[in-house]
Amino acid sequence: MLQSWVVVFGSFGYIALLFAIAWYADRRAKAGRSVISNPLIYSLSLAVYATAWTFYGSVGRAAHDGVGFLPIYIGPTLMILLWWFVLRKMIRVSKLARITSLADFVASRYGKSALLGGLVTVIAVIGILPYISLQLKAVSSSFQIIFRYPEIVMPGNTGANPILKVTAFYVACFMALFTIAFGTRHVDVGERHEGMVAAIAFESIVKLVAFLAVGLYVTFGLFDGFGDIFGRAAQREDLARLMTPLAAEGALANWAWMTVLSMLAIVFLPRQFQVAVIENVEEKHLKTAVWLFPLYMLAINLFVLPIAFGGLLAFPQGVDPDTFVLTLPMSRHMEGLTLLVFVGGISAATGMVIVETIALSTMVCNDLVMPILLRWRRLNIASRRDLTSLLLEIRRGAIVVILLLGYLYFVAAGEAYALVSIGLISFAAVAQFAPAFLGGLYWKGGTRNGALAGLSAGFAVWFYTLLLPAFAKSGWFGMTVVEEGLFGLAALRPTELFGLAGLDQITHAMIWSMIANIGAFVSVSLTGRQSATEHSQATLFVDVFTQTGERGSLWRTTTSASALQTLLGRFLGPTRAAELFLAYAGSRGLRSVEELEADAELLSFAELQLAGTIGAASAHAMVATVAQEEPLGMDEVMTIIDEASHVIAYSHQLEEKQQELEAATASLRTANESLKELDRLKDDFISTVTHELRTPLTSIRAFSEILHDNPDIDAAERHRFLGLIIKESERLTRLINQVLDLAKLESGLAEWQSSNIDLAEIVNDAVGSTSQIFKGRGVKVEAHLPATVPAVVADRDRVMQVMLNLLSNAVNFSPSGTGRVVVRVETEGTGVRIDVEDNGVGISREHRDVIFEKFRQVGDTLTQKPAGTGLGLAICRQIVTRLGGRLWVESEPGRGSVFSFTLPLAALPAAVRPRAVA
Amino acid sequence: MTKRVLIAEDEESIVASLQFLMRQCGFETRVARNGYEAIASLADFRPDLVLLDVMLPGRSGLEVCRFIRGESGLGGVRILMLTAKGGSADESKSREAGVDDYLSKPFATRELVARARALLGVACR
Amino acid sequence: MPKSSRKGPRLVGLFLLGCLFFNYPMLAVANARATVLGVPVLYAYLFAAWALLIVLVAFIMERTE
Repeated sequence: MLQSWVVVFGSFGYIALLFAIAWYADRRAKAGRSVISNPLIYSLSLAVYATAWTFYGSVGRAAHDGVGFLPIYIGPTLMILLWWFVLRKMIRVSKLARITSLADFVASRYGKSALLGGLVTVIAVIGILPYISLQLKAVSSSFQIIFRYPEIVMPGNTGANPILKVTAFYVACFMALFTIAFGTRHVDVGERHEGMVAAIAFESIVKLVAFLAVGLYVTFGLFDGFGDIFGRAAQREDLARLMTPLAAEGALANWAWMTVLSMLAIVFLPRQFQVAVIENVEEKHLKTAVWLFPLYMLAINLFVLPIAFGGLLAFPQGVDPDTFVLTLPMSRHMEGLTLLVFVGGISAATGMVIVETIALSTMVCNDLVMPILLRWRRLNIASRRDLTSLLLEIRRGAIVVILLLGYLYFVAAGEAYALVSIGLISFAAVAQFAPAFLGGLYWKGGTRNGALAGLSAGFAVWFYTLLLPAFAKSGWFGMTVVEEGLFGLAALRPTELFGLAGLDQITHAMIWSMIANIGAFVSVSLTGRQSATEHSQATLFVDVFTQTGERGSLWRTTTSASALQTLLGRFLGPTRAAELFLAYAGSRGLRSVEELEADAELLSFAELQLAGTIGAASAHAMVATVAQEEPLGMDEVMTIIDEASHVIAYSHQLEEKQQELEAATASLRTANESLKELDRLKDDFISTVTHELRTPLTSIRAFSEILHDNPDIDAAERHRFLGLIIKESERLTRLINQVLDLAKLESGLAEWQSSNIDLAEIVNDAVGSTSQIFKGRGVKVEAHLPATVPAVVADRDRVMQVMLNLLSNAVNFSPSGTGRVVVRVETEGTGVRIDVEDNGVGISREHRDVIFEKFRQVGDTLTQKPAGTGLGLAICRQIVTRLGGRLWVESEPGRGSVFSFTLPLAALPAAVRPRAVA
Repeated sequence: MTKRVLIAEDEESIVASLQFLMRQCGFETRVARNGYEAIASLADFRPDLVLLDVMLPGRSGLEVCRFIRGESGLGGVRILMLTAKGGSADESKSREAGVDDYLSKPFATRELVARARALLGVACR
Repeated sequence: MPKSSRKGPRLVGLFLLGCLFFNYPMLAVANARATVLGVPVLYAYLFAAWALLIVLVAFIMERTE
């Protein structure tokens, strides 16, 4: 049954099915009913991680060292637990900044650096080549083996080697066509490929089912369950050691490094970035994926060890363990199962190749070719009408080139290594992205130069310690360098750098490359400076979860909306561009694109849309050409951007300086105003005091002279005049005393006698000594004192002065005859409060603060000249404040007022107590 | 004909002294205790001389002075400004407002009487 | 995602647990010449610990809060 044509038709049939699925998913996506927008499909698409390496290679690795294949899956399981933080952040940033690939992400983070994007692309392409060659090798081997059915012949063991190479070439070409058909039918904003994801998810099911089927067959068909296989293996001396593989020297260290390596790979492999970040529909799908994807990996690994041991037990030497999955069912003539396994293998390999090359071709196009083409004046790229087809051509070309390079790697170095070893070289390459990437996501201080240095250093070490020995081992050039070191220096032996021996090659390379990478990244970042764009991007990336609203833009523009639309049209197609602009105008409440202003926001919008197609760095440069009305000249644009960011940073500094100056001027002005105010107040005070002194003096002098000049004045008149002289003299004395008192209080020269005083006694004394005045005006006075009044520390005479002042004010403003003044003492919190309540005219709200000012008397001055000097309350407030209390008034006009003051209790700390001034 | 003197002053004891002095000269007096009263008294009392305190409540002495100078019917009214503030700034302001004479408090009674008589054109006794 | 506030720390906790599971000295202990139900201890241990970790993650993520 398994004639070649059956195999070939089966393969084509399967691939036709994949196309059908992709076509259906794309159609559904266009209709707005995405099939991939669910957590199950998302998890299955992540399983693109399981490639031919997993499908064929794991068994090979297990046959070699037992559990050595497992860290490749346990690492991701662990990493996924951190995805909740890391991957969610990556997804959020990517959606915000329209990131289209790994290279784009790194370039965008470090100030939209085209150079960095290019470097990441080169590293990714070179690093992934071994991995692609692995798939080619696995698929072409499986073809070779299945074509020989029912014989089991290893391709490498016969003269079939050149044929294998030819097969691999065809496989590479076919896969290129396949990928082009899948991934580059149209240019999509945001680089999302719904059909591809659906097909990948389907392939993940197929490869799992195939592997489980062969696993179940081997375990329970060929053998009698797990116990039977392991039991028989344990009896063979050469296999028993595989049961306890971790006893070997360095095995645990290798295990740990392998775990770390695959933790990084699950994040930084371009295809994983593509499916996990770029193709992610909703962040919440992560919730299921964090356990479902590890479960998938567990399931696909469950039968690896039984199949490995089964193969080792069933076959004599000479059958490559990498082929056990296929050769075991073949050996028992299980034709259906063989075909299923074969298709499963194709699924695993094609899934990887499609997603990986699409991701890589996007990077090559957006971050390598486009920036170069844009810089190339003669091509005049920027002025071309429609660039969508050019973009597609570049990507298609990139896919073909990448697969052919993969094929060349296979020819050059592929045969010397087992599948897993080839794959690990790629893992180690993408792990080089980790410092720049994670550093960029969590450390704002990482700079473009730091990232460049780190990536270059790490990549160089990787190249020297892994790729070079791989080529050497394949006989491309002599083993001299590997065995004796560069320039014959033993310390420079690529696999034992600086004498670090006893580790496997991958672990050794990881240690040195990470030291070089992280060391260069951190040290260059710390010693260098960031440009303005870098700084703003760093903030955008690191603080993505805390940012809200639109991000800032560095654009200053002279262009028009239609020019921008034309620009977008070149890359996205005119229809799509028109749609986008119309939608944008609509969101601004405008009816047509013509009404749009080409402001910074519109430029940012255009740049974002463009970034989805040609990457952040190129998009920035393209928009710059239009915004600056420069038809082309990438170099100039780059310079302009650079200068602009410097100018903006500089003007920003200027602005800050100016603001500082303005603030300083303002505070100086305020200080000057308050000084002037103080001066004015002092003048006012002196002039008021003068007036208040002259008034009684005028009367005294006038009456004295009258009495002097008129000795014959009648007795009654004389008596009246003398009375006025006495009254005015008293007024003068009181005024002088109060002015002096106030001056002393304000200058701090007043003497304070602090002692424990009894407030009840003071209140009673004050009421007693004013009782005559109260009687005279017919005003009742009452004192309401609690049973015990706590002692306060204060100056007794000063408190008495306040009491007398408040009481005499109360009596003066109470109605004659019906007046009633009540004094209350209450303990509250940390002090004692004394209220003096009257039922007089009250004080209106606007006057309640004024009355505590000097010489400010309120009341109807037109009809009645207020009694008193106008200094009493000002003095009272000075005294109470000085004693650590507060004096205020509450009043209801027409009903009366309550003057209250507080004094702190005796037990308070010294700082609150009145200071005794000597 | 008896001369009429309007005393515009809010301090009770000063009013008493001024009233005594003016009456002693044989003038008829009336007292206004604020600016409004002073202006109101002009029409019905028709004073020949106003002894005007600067710091009057309601409308100040200066305002009253300007009012008098602004009314054509009050052309003959003489104004003697009394001020407790002192200082040349006050005096010049008063002169600008149109006072005929100016005296600082506290004043000598003889001086006051002499100036009042002079303003009224009555010979010294 | 307001509900996720407690998930993050728990996942980190599981991460640390996983690091403990799949590292020295646990692995060295499991690396013994013995069998559990006919399966070598190391293999049984690795898959059991792995499965346990997945169950715990699923429990944390899918439990309605």
